[in-house]
Amino acid sequence: MTTYPGSTPANALLSRALLIAGLSLAATSAQAEDRFITLASTTSTQNSGLFDAIIPSFTEDSGIDVRVVAVGTGQAFEIARRGDADSLLVHDTAGEEAFVADGYATERADVMYNDFVLIGPTEDPAGIRDAGSAAEALNLIAEHEAPFASRGDDSGTNRAELRLWESAGVEPGGDWYRELGSGMGATLNTAAGMGAYVMSDRATWVAFDNRQDLELLFEGDEVLFNQYGSLKLSPERHPELKHDLADEWHDWLLSEAGQQAIGDFEVKGQQLFFPNADSE
Amino acid sequence: MTDSAFLTALELVIGLDADLLAIVGLSLKISLTAVAIAALLAFPMGAALALFRFPGRAPLIVALNALMGLPPVVAGLAVYLLLSRAGPLGSLGLLFTPTAMVVAQVILVLPILAALTRQKVEELHGEYAEQLASIGVSRLRRIPTLLWDARLSLITVVLAGFGRASAEVGAVMIVGGNIDGVTRVMTTAIVLETSKGNLPLALGLGIVLLALVGAINALAHLLGEATRRQLG
Repeated sequence: MTTYPGSTPANALLSRALLIAGLSLAATSAQAEDRFITLASTTSTQNSGLFDAIIPSFTEDSGIDVRVVAVGTGQAFEIARRGDADSLLVHDTAGEEAFVADGYATERADVMYNDFVLIGPTEDPAGIRDAGSAAEALNLIAEHEAPFASRGDDSGTNRAELRLWESAGVEPGGDWYRELGSGMGATLNTAAGMGAYVMSDRATWVAFDNRQDLELLFEGDEVLFNQYGSLKLSPERHPELKHDLADEWHDWLLSEAGQQAIGDFEVKGQQLFFPNADSE
Repeated sequence: MTDSAFLTALELVIGLDADLLAIVGLSLKISLTAVAIAALLAFPMGAALALFRFPGRAPLIVALNALMGLPPVVAGLAVYLLLSRAGPLGSLGLLFTPTAMVVAQVILVLPILAALTRQKVEELHGEYAEQLASIGVSRLRRIPTLLWDARLSLITVVLAGFGRASAEVGAVMIVGGNIDGVTRVMTTAIVLETSKGNLPLALGLGIVLLALVGAINALAHLLGEATRRQLG
């Protein structure tokens, strides 16, 4: 019987590959035994560090780990619609209510809020610093055709921004209006690079470290209110999800302990999210 | 910026930061597993493509070469749709796990390994075809012989695949979800830190990743040299 030289290394390679594959599968199944849920949420909550601050206290209370997939609100809805997340925490109240109405979620609840702010280059070429309202600020930007960086990614912030343009009576477009199709942080990076105006949620802005010439120019108009909501997903649509564990998370967020943890979270000495679970 | 990035990289490495080690470990595990699986499939596939003549061979080679340029984000999207609960393999519950990331990377790496193996084996076969034919070795039997003979070039082929796997972010971001402690790897961590505006840390992670890939390439080089010396 002749042995072919090729068989030895092939076998060695095979066994090594199987070993590695086996190890990785073993690690995966060990994790699967743990109690965890997958939460689809927004980049603003993750980039600011909120989840790193509050999830450990929930895990300690409940023994449930929360695995966060942070994407734009539009994509978070899509992930939940396909049944790829157990829970949903986003910031587009109109979209959330539609999600419940469409039967993908059984209920939604207010969890916390903060606000959107208008950011721009320090020299403020459109002069929005002294604007009397968000609508006036946007009109000034449009009149001056000053560069404006839009998320353009169907996120909660993007949807809120488009609603603001609409109520300001401006149809944004042209060279100065740049749709980036990026997350909040990436959009701030780009805006810093091109000296553009940009609308951001306050949490991402405060935690953001690459400001260059950007500064906060306009805030405080009540139309800039930014509400976050938690949704219980429908057991009828997706019976295979971990509804019991997800309900525990949802209830904890609204509980005194959860609300306290959210209110205690600070970045650079500043509170970024204001719990308002009872204000429905 | 660059100075503080190098400092950050140095601090990360010297401090043996536990989070960093976990991220580096997961990156290596996922990419090495993907390359190993892809190699197991691609070596015989590429060799067979080099040795056998059959109808449709030319289009297959062209397709394989073209797939070397498959955008990672497209591979990721395809795997996402496949593994999503609403997709055909949704009941396995594999989305947002390291296994899903391995699957996506196998799809990315396989065409590279198969196409390059095909080329290397075909070159080698050009030299040895007459000899092998004269001692009556069938084409099927030539596959292991030629693969073994081409092993030095195949190391480079595997490294090309590993480079692709460890460098890509589009696929692992979509199918892994960049979950802290579960599916966060070097490249998705770099994207996250960039979006936080924490550019020194992002660049620092990039330097660590480069150093790691460099070390693996050095190791492979030494392995190749040792084999070459052994062969005299």
